[in-house]
Amino acid sequence: MRQISLRLNGVARTVEIEDQVLLVELVRSLGLTGTKVSCDTEVCGACTVLLDGRPVSACTTLALEADGRSVLTIEGLAKANQLHPLQQAFIDNFAFQCGFCTPGMILAAKALLDERPSPTAEEVRRWMEGNICRCTGYQSIVDAVLDAAGRRP
Amino acid sequence: MPAREDGDPVERTRFRVAGTEARRADGVAKVTGAARFTVDLSVPGMAHAVMVRSTRAHARILGIEREAAERMPGVLAVLAGADLVAAGLHPYYGHVVLDHPALAVGSVRYHGEPVALVVAETKLQAAEAADLVEVRYEDLPAVIDADEALRPGAPILHHERGQRVGDEGMDQGEGALEGNVCAIARVQWGDVDAAFAKAHLVVEGEYRYPMLYGYAMEPYNALAFFDQGDLVVYSTAQHVYMVRRDLARMFDLPLARVRVSAPYVGGGYGTKSYTKIEGACAMAAHLTGRAVKLDLSVEEAMLTTRSDSSHIRCRSAFDRDGLLLAREFDIVLNSGAYTDNSPLVNSKTANRCFGPYRIPSLRVVSRSVFTNTVPASSLRGFGAPQGNIGGELQMDEAAEKLGIDPVELRLRNLAGPGEAILPGKRPLDADLREDLRCLVASLEWPGTGGVSVGFGVSASDAGAYPTSTAAVRIHADDSATLFTGSTELGQGSRTVLCQIVAEELGLSLERVAIVGGDTGVVPYERTTGASRTTTVTGRAVQEACRDARRRVRELAAQNEKVDVAAVEDAPAGVRVKDRERSYGEVIEGWFGAGGEVLGHGSVRRGEGFAQMPPFWEIGCSGVRLSVDRETGVARVEKLVTVGDVGFAINPALVHGQDLGAATMGMGAALREELVYEGEQLVNPNVVDYRVPRFSDQPPEIDLMLAERHDGAGPFGAKGAGEGAGNTIGSSVAAAIGRAIGVFPHELPATPERVWRLLRERDERARR
Ligand code: FES
Ligand code: FES
Repeated sequence: MRQISLRLNGVARTVEIEDQVLLVELVRSLGLTGTKVSCDTEVCGACTVLLDGRPVSACTTLALEADGRSVLTIEGLAKANQLHPLQQAFIDNFAFQCGFCTPGMILAAKALLDERPSPTAEEVRRWMEGNICRCTGYQSIVDAVLDAAGRRP
Repeated sequence: MPAREDGDPVERTRFRVAGTEARRADGVAKVTGAARFTVDLSVPGMAHAVMVRSTRAHARILGIEREAAERMPGVLAVLAGADLVAAGLHPYYGHVVLDHPALAVGSVRYHGEPVALVVAETKLQAAEAADLVEVRYEDLPAVIDADEALRPGAPILHHERGQRVGDEGMDQGEGALEGNVCAIARVQWGDVDAAFAKAHLVVEGEYRYPMLYGYAMEPYNALAFFDQGDLVVYSTAQHVYMVRRDLARMFDLPLARVRVSAPYVGGGYGTKSYTKIEGACAMAAHLTGRAVKLDLSVEEAMLTTRSDSSHIRCRSAFDRDGLLLAREFDIVLNSGAYTDNSPLVNSKTANRCFGPYRIPSLRVVSRSVFTNTVPASSLRGFGAPQGNIGGELQMDEAAEKLGIDPVELRLRNLAGPGEAILPGKRPLDADLREDLRCLVASLEWPGTGGVSVGFGVSASDAGAYPTSTAAVRIHADDSATLFTGSTELGQGSRTVLCQIVAEELGLSLERVAIVGGDTGVVPYERTTGASRTTTVTGRAVQEACRDARRRVRELAAQNEKVDVAAVEDAPAGVRVKDRERSYGEVIEGWFGAGGEVLGHGSVRRGEGFAQMPPFWEIGCSGVRLSVDRETGVARVEKLVTVGDVGFAINPALVHGQDLGAATMGMGAALREELVYEGEQLVNPNVVDYRVPRFSDQPPEIDLMLAERHDGAGPFGAKGAGEGAGNTIGSSVAAAIGRAIGVFPHELPATPERVWRLLRERDERARR
């Protein structure tokens, strides 16, 4: 058992964990089940969260690595019931169906837009290559990210 | 009538909500992480189960050593199939044949089959203990290939057949089921032999469509517990009512005492049709007295269900003008270790392989065959892509040999609207010739400058058996709640069904709520599959709205003391004595305080759905692609789909289905395949089994809609969801064939296969 401190969705938290606990297990055990596990081997991106603003696969990241850092999960994105522009763009562009890939997609896209506020479609595709969606065929996701880029405050 | 992006403007203005791109009813939940999937559910005191899987493809189970596992910390029980039998439970499930054990009983029939279940306080404890369970086997000869399984002397998987339990809706095929034959389907008319004898041209060949893994991103999982003797199961099931029936049988419980609920489901595509792991999970709950969660990994999901692969031998006879004289198909499906849905897949393959053409003489025999491999069941469009690869590709091959343009060849042979393509079935409710013209116009047939074009058409007997019910409650504040047994898999059923309610009741979408997918709460729905929800469930929803309106008119008549004939419907209420009354006014007027009105609607095989299928699901799609001759890599440059859906109640959702289905089809056409080497899968993970990613997306996409209001569903709608994918395999193969001068007969057309075809062709040319 070890104690770690992190900022989780903007809130300072101290938690006791076993060394081998994965970041995805930690956040899900804290009730943040928006972060999904699919491949469990860093292939699909469903478990993407932002660690100090950078996307990581929480299924292969130890919770220990979050010590002293900030973690953003999908639950932390909307501010006071106000959807983030990416979330609104995903809704407006029908950029999901089952929604299982969506939290990871949106967070991966957020990291991109934070780094490159107006990416091209090609840049979006390249950046998102590590995120799989089995439902949509991807075009609507690219559209949503570009749409969000255009409407960022 | 040409296909249009936005349908007939006049028709569209008839509606307020139907036909609009209303935002998804599950939108906010899914972008905020609030949407709860089964895998997200837990209950206090929940235990966790992990499966022990067979390391043999075919073996007798001699014994299971469980003491070491049982001694591990946190372990509650180690269960085997024999325990289920000893406890008086019925371990076998199946909606067609009861032959699939929740845990193996006596023998195992494929590598990876569940043999035992370890239940522990935590998942980690269960997993660690599972490693200590030793199973002793006596190996039996195994058979992996379906053609080999048909040979005399092949190892037999099922010496005794399970009980047949399928009802009329489960088309089980016919014929004596001997050896490893799981099901036989035949379609036949005319004098085939005579037609072939007098043909101007006969094309003949063998074709193969691969074994696929659907990869719904949420792997199969379930949570089961007993509540005062009632069995409650949350699961990733598409067809909650089908699972309820299986569980009721396994536990000897009345249907009323089994509750199956599917919250949001992380992808289905048919892979979550019918019972999977619910039985094992519920039995663990029964035998331990605890709530039990069983969630599989993706690797385990790949060992649970795959699609049937096909091996087709077929020939087509044409006259001088390119008119079809006869077709003959002999199809073998590799259906894996258990029956599951393969008899239906098989009969659909038989119905779908020859295409929506005028065919004077036809003979189809399709056999579904047991092998010692992962059991096969439904996957998007089942039967259609498996059969199309032969049926459509031979149209292209014949066109080339006859020197007739392949578009023209199809136009000459396609059945027109209202024509029968299968005797006794619903006449064709689509205009395929017009669809095809739209398709090839967008594909810029015949292609130029290194880009080649492939396309195809199909019509699938879709919709499944049309039994559906729905209920609508109108509340005293003029809002309404829809209750439906249909499951939201991502296809957008909740959105479309709410649009139908809003349209019928004259309410805004914001005033319509929906409760779905829980057999304890919602009325019966046969399945959520076969693209049926909009068409069949949609009609039940419409009926429920009309029934609720009828009830409101009755109450209004009593309130106003007039004959009910004097009450008319108003847009969102009634008109009586020259005054409009809202639903709420009528309801509160009648009850005095509070109250509501309940409407019920049902659809059965009768009335508009007397003739099967409920609708023909149209496939009309194609690609422009280029092939790198050095590497054999084929790259789709443009994808075109024509969604012939009668009327798009939500065009954005139809586009989503078409592009999603086509993308899956492209994955299967170019890359995806489950590969057996020896008795084991060599690629049972999503690293080696690669599905399409962002970089595989075609640079250009054109998703068209054809709206002719010719469907039997609400407002003339027909189903979508499978069609666009059904014709992609043969389209890609045809386009590659035109690029390299030889048609690939086996999918996926991997770079290696394409390169090999190129080399063989070059060698032939040199000789
Ligand atoms: S679940 Fe972590 S990358 Fe797939
Ligand atoms: S929306 Fe289903 S996997 Fe992306």
